[in-house]
Amino acid sequence: MSLLQVQGLGISFGGIRAVHDVSFNVKAGEIVSVIGPNGAGKTTLFNMISSIYRPDSGTVHLEGKDITATEPHRLARLGMSRTFQNLQIFQEMTVLENAIAGYHMQESGPLWQDLFALPGSRRRAAKAREGAYELLARVGLKNAAEQEAGNLSYGALKRLEIARALATEPKVLLLDEPAAGCNAVETEEIDELIAETAKTGIAILLVEHDMKMVMRISNHIVVLDHGEKIAEGDPATVSQNPDVIAAYLGTGEEEASHADG
Amino acid sequence: MNMQSKWTQIAILVALIVILPVFFPSGYYYRVGALIFVNALSVVGLVILIGFAGQISLGHAGFAGIGAFSCALLPVHFGLHPAIAVLVGALLSALIAGMIGRPILRLQGYYLAVATLGFGVLMSMVLTNERELTGGPDGMRVADLGLREVLRDMGLKLSGGEFWYAMCGLVLVIGVWVALNLYNSPTGRAMRALHGSEVAARTVGIDVASKKLQAFVISAIYASVAGSLLALQNGFITPDVAGFMHSIEMVTMTVLGGVGSILGAILGAAILTLLPQVLTVFAEYEQLVLGAVMILVMIFLPRGLLPSIAAKLRGRGE
Ligand SMILES: Nc1ncnc2c1ncn2[C@@H]1O[C@H](COP(=O)(O)OP(=O)(O)OP(=O)(O)O)[C@@H](O)[C@H]1O
Ligand SMILES: [Mg+2]
Repeated sequence: MSLLQVQGLGISFGGIRAVHDVSFNVKAGEIVSVIGPNGAGKTTLFNMISSIYRPDSGTVHLEGKDITATEPHRLARLGMSRTFQNLQIFQEMTVLENAIAGYHMQESGPLWQDLFALPGSRRRAAKAREGAYELLARVGLKNAAEQEAGNLSYGALKRLEIARALATEPKVLLLDEPAAGCNAVETEEIDELIAETAKTGIAILLVEHDMKMVMRISNHIVVLDHGEKIAEGDPATVSQNPDVIAAYLGTGEEEASHADG
Repeated sequence: MNMQSKWTQIAILVALIVILPVFFPSGYYYRVGALIFVNALSVVGLVILIGFAGQISLGHAGFAGIGAFSCALLPVHFGLHPAIAVLVGALLSALIAGMIGRPILRLQGYYLAVATLGFGVLMSMVLTNERELTGGPDGMRVADLGLREVLRDMGLKLSGGEFWYAMCGLVLVIGVWVALNLYNSPTGRAMRALHGSEVAARTVGIDVASKKLQAFVISAIYASVAGSLLALQNGFITPDVAGFMHSIEMVTMTVLGGVGSILGAILGAAILTLLPQVLTVFAEYEQLVLGAVMILVMIFLPRGLLPSIAAKLRGRGE
């Protein structure tokens, strides 16, 4: 059975259909990529799956359980986490604290223990800190641990977001353009990190404009255009699909803007 | 901020409290010092709300009013010891903050400011209009705490000023210790995280509404205890303690010192408490000065006095 099942998701903004009737499945350990031109509705789709938007129609099931429009913080408890296309970093906290925040569900406990710095509170915090250090090492940010997150480069922050999401120990991880703004080396590192993560059995849903990366690491690709799914299949099949080619060629301007961004 | 810096900050504060009386020109300054500590206590609470959790309140004097009038009323009507009245007042403030906080904190930005303002105005009106109970604008007497007499019998003779200086200083140190504990704890981290990005906080499992509420309730308890201490040390209280100007004063002190810095906030409280005492001309123009300070700080030192100075010293500039 698929870990994540997306069934007929749709949403409109002021009468404009941003996403319409999109369905697909993601299995454990699988990397599924959602591609499509700018404005195709990829981020909107992610926002519906992760309950930041409430879909007008359709359902999302996680491990067979209907999780449509479940409050985001409960979704995290159920095993879904994500990163953001436009970074959502805790700017005024240190890099380490950002990663520790990812362990919130594990480290949180009775408030009174926190107020009086009782051993229970300190033990929880220390454990999260340890895990956070390990994760930072994994994404190559260990040396930046004590820096204020706001001072990091864009590429570093992208990796910090991945580390923070991994800290929640998700079953499904949604990555919205994790390699955007990263140089070739960083992109390769992120590439590897994603592949490694999938190997641990985490289902990965990826939005990425870097086609080489998408073709290399995806098991399955879903293509969106104007909010609708126009194709899906393995990388080889999708890349030869005439509709897909038309969607990309037919939107030359948008393609050009990808190259800029 | 690590553990080291927590104890450093507490050590600095304790040292200041202990050493400052050496420079007092007269016994009167113990009173001023105690007043600074009381104001600093509510400001530390606001640092938790504004600096940690990123929420605003323009009505926190309402909780000071609850604390103050609990100390005034409960001993008279229920025969409670004033010390117990402080605790009951704090509990009452926490309950009320919990009740009104749930709907209010769903609001953002200026909606939240206006809603908290509304609460403050409401409290102040209730206290002013319930003349039979509170004495209305004339205020009412507050029973003595009685602890000074106990200490005297034990051989420790303190003047009223000295006693309240020590008492408020002690409570302030405890308040700072708790706030610093919170800062570096899982809960404090969650509050600061939602301040940075609410969506991201949610995706890591932080119950944003509940953390905001916790910050609101905790800060209400600080304001309430501060109000109680004010009532007890003056032996007299008027509804002004719950007034709009008092709320504004608290926020100005917090912002002046730096919302993200606890010692900074205490500095802010000290400056704005001292100003009208030292330069009596200011007493008449207090509101004008508060407004001017607020504007100037926002323009020139947006992070507040202490953090800005610290940054300059470190050579990073603003
Ligand atoms: N909150 C919103 N209100 C109104 N319109 C929205 C909202 N969110 C998304 N849209 C619209 O939905 C459409 C899809 O946008 P979306 O951000 O999902 O595209 P995308 O595929 O992620 O594009 P990109 O590759 O540029 O990130 C766009 O036309 C966008 O303007
Ligand atoms: Mg997008």
